[in-house]
Amino acid sequence: MKSLVTIVIAFWLSLFHSAAIADNHVDPAHELLMVRISNTFPEAMNAVQQAVVNNGYKLMRVQRVDVGLTKSGYQTAEYRIVFFGKKKEIQSLSKKHPTLVPFLPLKLVVFAEGDETIVLGTNPAKLISFYPEKDLEPTFRRWEKDFLKILADVRS
Amino acid sequence: MHIEINMPNNRSVAGLLFILIILTLSPGIYADGDGGRLFLENCAVCHGNSGKGGVGVPLALPEFIDNVDDAYLRKTIHHGRPGRIMPSFDNLSDSQVSAIIAHMRSWTGNKPPAYSSKQIAGDATKGESIYQQRCAACHGANGEGGKGTGVTFSRPRDLPVLAPALNNPGFLASASDSMIRETLIKGRKGTPMASFIKQGLSKKDIDNVVAYVRSFEQLAGSAALKKAAAETPYLVAESPNSLEKTIQSVKDAVLNANMRLIRVQNLDQGLVDADQENKKQVIIYSCGFNFLNEALKVDPRVGLFLPCRVSIVEHKGKVLVMTVNPKRLSAVFNNNELERLCDQMHQTYVDILEEATL
Repeated sequence: MKSLVTIVIAFWLSLFHSAAIADNHVDPAHELLMVRISNTFPEAMNAVQQAVVNNGYKLMRVQRVDVGLTKSGYQTAEYRIVFFGKKKEIQSLSKKHPTLVPFLPLKLVVFAEGDETIVLGTNPAKLISFYPEKDLEPTFRRWEKDFLKILADVRS
Repeated sequence: MHIEINMPNNRSVAGLLFILIILTLSPGIYADGDGGRLFLENCAVCHGNSGKGGVGVPLALPEFIDNVDDAYLRKTIHHGRPGRIMPSFDNLSDSQVSAIIAHMRSWTGNKPPAYSSKQIAGDATKGESIYQQRCAACHGANGEGGKGTGVTFSRPRDLPVLAPALNNPGFLASASDSMIRETLIKGRKGTPMASFIKQGLSKKDIDNVVAYVRSFEQLAGSAALKKAAAETPYLVAESPNSLEKTIQSVKDAVLNANMRLIRVQNLDQGLVDADQENKKQVIIYSCGFNFLNEALKVDPRVGLFLPCRVSIVEHKGKVLVMTVNPKRLSAVFNNNELERLCDQMHQTYVDILEEATL
């Protein structure tokens, strides 16, 4: 009887654990991966860049789309694109699969919405339907996991 | 120190077990409290944490939420709105959807209406003339709906709603005839949608309009999305010239396309030291800011594929000039309004590739 109680309680604890994970869950079912953060834009930018680095990527640069638009006379909220990658990965992929270059390096879009911030990226798993080469699929799947982790980190 | 723990007797343990098992197997495991969490996870990114809108339309408007039934919300979540940004959330279970709806109901706390699913008989031909006089200005001549996405970038926040696309297969699958009729009878306070009864129309006229709206089901679904799926993901042209000459040709072609050169860099810039960069993989960024501004107004997410970018790669003795294919990528956004802009951007890329590889 005691072991049965232990099993049921362990199952319940795992349910609560799942719920705790789900608090930072980002749904991978769609082609765009998006999260809303209740942080101001500067805080969110810091969080995105930190999460990218914490997940093993190097920040390459930040494109300030809003600055270009403002200089050209258009009104816009803050809008940036964060580019990142891994040296060996980008080098080997671009060498073996040059047609992949238009989709490299990886990037996330970050834009302000009032006091909150939206972060989004194209689900890298989408690339599987673009590039049928079998050796690429594990990389796209890993990128998808990394994107989900980065976005979950940003939300936490 | 000695601590004695009294183990419960077998009857107590059995009772506890029974309660835990019943709770575990209960279909209502996603309670209203979880609805708030599920809403934050699945809906808030577009509709806002409190449903006030963002990339997606506002939902927390009493005039909306108190006048649609649960079936409409449930089917909307399930079907989405093909070509109108809202994706299908068919990955959510019935209990999860119920929890989300319960959470949405908590915004006003009012009891939802109950509409019959029975089809309403009407004369669609007579309904068409009324529709064209009284509905088409906002909902479009063919029910295509208002322009723009939600309230981000694309429209000022004082506008409460976006006129729904009545010809959208997701809308038609979600809205019952009775719900459409009730909306026509009552109108929507605070929006341009006025009561048809107050406008002097009869209930028969209203039934005819319902029949006409229902006739939109015969129209094709999201043709733009189907068309996009047939496109290749990237555009590529082989240059007959050297890498250096091709880079210059691309720069010239970009300027000829009335775009501003923003940046020329090697692909791995920022990953390796400058003297280690691969100079045979070059990216040229450019932008037509007017175009960018217009595209962001239509859909603030398009920054994923903007500003414009041309990649030039020397590979095995060949010089390849490449871009993403905007026509193919437009499907990612589930937004038919991007079709024209994606066609335009596609043509610009084709022109640049052709000119640069002459």
